[in-house]
Amino acid sequence: MIKRSNKPIFWALFGAGGMLCALFGPVLVFITGIAVPLGFGASPDAMSYPNVLAFAQHWLGKLVLLAVISLFLFHGCHRMYHALHDFGVHVSSGMKAAFHGFAALGSLAALVLLIKVG
Amino acid sequence: MPAIRTYTRPMTGWWRRSSFYSWYMLREASSVIVTAYALVLLTGLWRLTQGEQAFDAWRASLASPLAIAFHLLALWLFVVHTLSWFKVMPKTMGFVRIGGKRVSDGAIIAAGRIAAVVCTIVAYALFRWGTS
Repeated sequence: MIKRSNKPIFWALFGAGGMLCALFGPVLVFITGIAVPLGFGASPDAMSYPNVLAFAQHWLGKLVLLAVISLFLFHGCHRMYHALHDFGVHVSSGMKAAFHGFAALGSLAALVLLIKVG
Repeated sequence: MPAIRTYTRPMTGWWRRSSFYSWYMLREASSVIVTAYALVLLTGLWRLTQGEQAFDAWRASLASPLAIAFHLLALWLFVVHTLSWFKVMPKTMGFVRIGGKRVSDGAIIAAGRIAAVVCTIVAYALFRWGTS
């Protein structure tokens, strides 16, 4: 039996993350990182504890948070792994496991926290 | 056995040799910031599960000058990602045919970028509507 490549799985996660990031990345960074902290184009309590808690407790909010955190991690780690070559680093399968494993661990952490939040 | 000494072309600082390479590296640098931003959100989620005090401390840290500088840099690189992601889309997806005619590369790139603008407006409007 021919050993199947795991490439399509990581490629799909990279692609999904890249598309999500291209469509919604800039506006997310603007909202959470600039607009809300500076109170510029957003109400100052937009990301208050009750608001964000309610968002994270709703199934749709959970889905959004898990998709953004997990797919951004898989997208970023996949590309950082491939960029190692550009910096003259010879990659090994161990390094590949480390980069994708980091994204998987981060996704698992997000999943556990989203269950914990209730 | 003595080591074979063949000529190896030095590649130090290769991305500074042409603006095309520099843009390539800038595009690849966006992967680091995408990962970092996901970790910022993951930290926020973790602080959220610890209660109001912990979450407010995380929010206060987002308002520090360093965090604002990071997010301004991130915003710029995320826009670079959006532009380049759709710029390469004619190469990364198969030919698209409408009515038997192949859709031009320019139309695919434009459609992707318009979709990004629409998503940005919709997401921001939803955010304003949800938090008003």
